[in-house]
Amino acid sequence: MISLSKLVKTFQTRDGQVTAVDHIDLKIDKGEIFGVIGYSGAGKSTLIRLLNMLETPSSGDVVVAGKNMNKLKKKELREARQEIGMIFQHFNLLWSRTVRENIAFPLEIKGVPKEERMKKVDELIRLVGLDGRGESYPSQLSGGQKQRVGIARALANNPKVLLCDEATSALDPKTTDSILDLLVDINEKLGLTIVLITHEMHVIRKICHRVAVMENGTIVEQGNVLDVFRRPQQEMTKEFVKQVTEPEETKEAIKHLFEQDGISHVLQLTFVGGEAEKPLITNLIRSFNITVNIMQGKISQTQNGSYGSLFISVDGELSEIERAIEFIHKQKVEVEVIHSESNRLNHDLVLS
Amino acid sequence: MSQIVLTTTWFFPNVNWDNIWNATKETLYMTSVSLLLTFIFGIMLGLILFLTDRGNLWENKIIQGVTAAFVNVFRSIPFIILIVLLIPFTTFIVGSMFGPSAALPSLVIGAAPFYARMVQIALREIDKGVIEASKSMGASNMQIIFKVLLPESMPALISAITVTAIALVGFTAMAGVIGAGGLGDLAFRHGFQRSNNEVTFVATVVVLLIVFIMQIIGDRLTNILDKR
Ligand SMILES: Nc1ncnc2c1ncn2[C@@H]1O[C@H](COP(=O)(O)OP(=O)(O)O)[C@@H](O)[C@H]1O
Ligand SMILES: [Mg+2]
Repeated sequence: MISLSKLVKTFQTRDGQVTAVDHIDLKIDKGEIFGVIGYSGAGKSTLIRLLNMLETPSSGDVVVAGKNMNKLKKKELREARQEIGMIFQHFNLLWSRTVRENIAFPLEIKGVPKEERMKKVDELIRLVGLDGRGESYPSQLSGGQKQRVGIARALANNPKVLLCDEATSALDPKTTDSILDLLVDINEKLGLTIVLITHEMHVIRKICHRVAVMENGTIVEQGNVLDVFRRPQQEMTKEFVKQVTEPEETKEAIKHLFEQDGISHVLQLTFVGGEAEKPLITNLIRSFNITVNIMQGKISQTQNGSYGSLFISVDGELSEIERAIEFIHKQKVEVEVIHSESNRLNHDLVLS
Repeated sequence: MSQIVLTTTWFFPNVNWDNIWNATKETLYMTSVSLLLTFIFGIMLGLILFLTDRGNLWENKIIQGVTAAFVNVFRSIPFIILIVLLIPFTTFIVGSMFGPSAALPSLVIGAAPFYARMVQIALREIDKGVIEASKSMGASNMQIIFKVLLPESMPALISAITVTAIALVGFTAMAGVIGAGGLGDLAFRHGFQRSNNEVTFVATVVVLLIVFIMQIIGDRLTNILDKR
């Protein structure tokens, strides 16, 4: 659906040349939710703005929905843009227009007749859950509602691609989640390709199928969200992954706590994929003669399964615990002995 | 009308109310026609100033420079001098340099650059992101001007035209000096030159009334339009 090749964008500034996007090659498939993550200044906004030619590339090609965007004439570009919706961090609504009029705006631009416009607007208002707010002005809406208007407006011309530039960064966590849910819903209902950029791993984790990590204008790592979570290669990726998986307290702090309390064995279970944590714990207690206590954990749902770690303390016969560990392994859950009274168990870990 | 004249002459025996009424009509005529033209030309000039500026839709250093110079020059010339300066131009356009219509060219040329600067400032206040969003939807430059720039800045444009209107009332009074008619003319010729203080006083009150009413209308409109 989207293909970038050798894409470069440099800006001329007073302090010299800034290369915001540096030879990026990227392919994004139809119907996928593709995330780009990176710290501020990495070049994410420039990259996404190159997709609809809000920035013109210094060199390289941008192909969206079969159209070579950087080779289009003015009028053709305007038509191509109508097939690409975009939402923004600060919503960018027209404050002088009501919700309905804002959503109708792209339809007016396209020259859709009034009656059809009104019908489409009603449909969209329902889709984004703004029933009854059509006659309000943006200033009368909350941030989340404003972004819903932004989404409805972006969808008005039935685009093939939706670009989201930090679409949830101005929202509180709860509102962020509801907007992300809406995006997933739209992706599934309309088969829309979504490209979103963010500096929050939480957003990637929650809705993206694939992710690219960006630094200094280049993509340093990309892949399936779960794969990247499981095996982050770059230091920076590891930092981002930590944002959503690392429990608030570090391993060391937990260790210290357990040693004090005289707890015998502590295991860290790392979930990577579909296995849900609950049946596993239940099965452990049912099948083995051990006691299990959940100490702490953070399990996140991603679009391709759950990911995260759980710290549990176990008590019982050593051989029983060893069998339990083996069982956990078989469930494709990684297990690590964080703390144990017995050297044997620690040794086992090295073997496994 | 004659009823009013009879009752009010009791307060100001030296005021000819027919003269006041005629002068008021002339002032209102000069102000409203020049205001309308100033609104149109001012917005056009303001749009050019804004759009040709750096990083904008029609970025163009030369047009920007020429327009800015024109605006600055005509905004800086004191109005009373501008009238005299424009006498040849006025005679050419209107065919005469006396009467209310003769004041119109100077009024518009004096006020439009003043208003254009305020238009430019109002347009600059528009969130760049909104213009960007419109572009991302495939809007043409004309659509951006008429569907985004003007509606989004309308409260500021109205509030600025109110200020301009009040300045214009002042200009019409000055135009009176060259025989344009209106309340300023009346106050000067009858009030000052014939030392009839009552006429000066009544003319002042009427001018103040006009200004107050315009201010109230302007504020109301701005409030109604401002949905921020
Ligand atoms: N219009 C511009 N002019 C000059 N430099 C720019 C411009 N836009 C972006 N940049 C520079 O490009 C780099 C990447 O910016 P941006 O794409 O906004 O990053 P991000 O969205 O990841 O925070 C930054 O160093 C920024 O200063
Ligand atoms: Mg950015």
